[in-house]
Amino acid sequence: MTASADAPTVATARKPATGFWRRALRHRSFVLGGLLSLLVIGAALLSLVWTPWSPYDIDVASKLKPPTAAHWLGTDVLGRDIASLLLVGARSTIAVGIIAVGIGLTFGVCLGLLAAARKGWTEELIMRMSDFTFAFPAVLSAIMLAAVAGPGMLTSITAIGIFQIPTFVRVTRGSASAIWAREFVLAARASGKGTFLITIEHVLPNILSILIVQATIQFALAILAEAGLSYLGLGTQPPQPSWGRMLNDAQTLLFQSPMLAVYPGAAIAVAVLGLNLLGDGLRDLLDPRLARER
Amino acid sequence: MSVFLLRRFATLLATLIGASLIIFLVLDALPGNAAQMLMGADASPDAVRALSIKLGLDQPLSLRYLLWLKGMMVGDLGNSYVYGTPVAGLIAERLVLTIPLAIMSMSVTVVLALSAGIYTAANHNRLGDVGVMSLTQVGIALPNFWFAILLILLFAVKLQWVSAGGFAGWDDGIWPGVRSLLLPAISLSVVQAAILARVTRSAVLEVLREDFVRTARAKGLGKREVLWRHVLRNAMIPVMTVMGLQFANLLAGTIIIENVFYLPGLGRLIFQSIANRDLIVVRNCVMLLAAMVVIVNFVVDVLYAFIDPRIKVHHL
Repeated sequence: MTASADAPTVATARKPATGFWRRALRHRSFVLGGLLSLLVIGAALLSLVWTPWSPYDIDVASKLKPPTAAHWLGTDVLGRDIASLLLVGARSTIAVGIIAVGIGLTFGVCLGLLAAARKGWTEELIMRMSDFTFAFPAVLSAIMLAAVAGPGMLTSITAIGIFQIPTFVRVTRGSASAIWAREFVLAARASGKGTFLITIEHVLPNILSILIVQATIQFALAILAEAGLSYLGLGTQPPQPSWGRMLNDAQTLLFQSPMLAVYPGAAIAVAVLGLNLLGDGLRDLLDPRLARER
Repeated sequence: MSVFLLRRFATLLATLIGASLIIFLVLDALPGNAAQMLMGADASPDAVRALSIKLGLDQPLSLRYLLWLKGMMVGDLGNSYVYGTPVAGLIAERLVLTIPLAIMSMSVTVVLALSAGIYTAANHNRLGDVGVMSLTQVGIALPNFWFAILLILLFAVKLQWVSAGGFAGWDDGIWPGVRSLLLPAISLSVVQAAILARVTRSAVLEVLREDFVRTARAKGLGKREVLWRHVLRNAMIPVMTVMGLQFANLLAGTIIIENVFYLPGLGRLIFQSIANRDLIVVRNCVMLLAAMVVIVNFVVDVLYAFIDPRIKVHHL
């Protein structure tokens, strides 16, 4: 009895998800972006269990070798295997991206929701604070932090995370304010629900799709910022491989081994392109109104 | 109009003061004793104390902050801890390169983006539109420093048309200087132009759907005339907003690109100062860059009001 009574509910709950995937698999941007993103995530996961060679083993006798069966993409100036460095580099990039976007998302969404819920001076204060942060691009924040705390992965994560906060504040506050003006929120207020409960039960679920899309785009920006900071020597430090650092090392060898500068840059571009396409696809699928406007 | 301007100016001042406070707290209060940082952990306490007094670091934080603010008003930014020369002079020497680079990059960005954006909007859903938009998608994904390295590979390593880096200066005329900044400016512009082209296309398409455009066309105006006389002005608001925000990215990009091309600009000065622990130079350079971002956004806000008078009415 219970099972039969529950059955229609389950079917109805599953229907939108099935519909979403059917539309998603027909959406070119989503599919291509998803595949490219999976490729990068797969490379990072693979590097946890297997790499062709150890990315930390230095073999100067084999330095700057062209691609061979043993070293698919050749070796760098210290004789390290480029393919292995790229695989492990994907891990650093994704780790920094996830943590930095996590920082931006957590603080940005909380502050944005607070601004939309409280209005008045609270909103004004939060929005002006986020304006201040706009004056400090990730590189500037990282420079300040590196000047006092020294360069490193933590410096780049903190700088990129701080840089992400105002974007999430603005997006959250804008979307949440629109939800607060809806009739079902008014009905919830009339039934005696408090600001906090309305935010958690009605506002947040209704802006989730916008936040997912924004997080995907911000993830791509975080990867670019991480690569830039590592290139400058402010981010991931040796011997931990990172794509930005590999580019910096390759630049001094442009005349001898130009391909060394091509692989890591292409890896960054693939990761960013994948996430951007995925974000575009998700935006079209989750918010058809925006898709029509584009 | 004057109330709108005054209000925006007050916000500008508050933002600049807020930014200066953050910079001062991070670069002066957090590190503790800058004299200790300069001399290293092994320095004797007496030597550190003597250097602190010499650099004025023995004064209270609040007084040092106020003195810095006062100095900024009159162009006295103090002396470099390492070189002993005025920081204002060091920065001015580097701005001779960084400002022309930023202007060149922004100009290339605007020309590329507006042409691509208007072309794609005017040819909406045709082959040219799809092709250019696909290119912009790739352009957005390119790290500018990697694109810079690819340009060096092509033009300096393979074709050997230009040198791989360095700056010829302005002493031998404008052309040698411009030539050294050409590749850096292009590499900085490509990503920004890709973003701006997409925004321009969306904005122009949006305006093209407006009733007044249909009316203008019904009155007999040609498609090109409507585009140039009516559509562009109305599509400029979102385009300018993004241009203002892009200026921040462009300045941040300048710091990286100067390092790729070994250009002795503000970005290189900041990195040398970090390596030398010359925090007073870092503090002033970061303040200058942050101020440039804030001021450009202020100018963009004021320009809105001239382009669309409804904005100042709304603010009033």
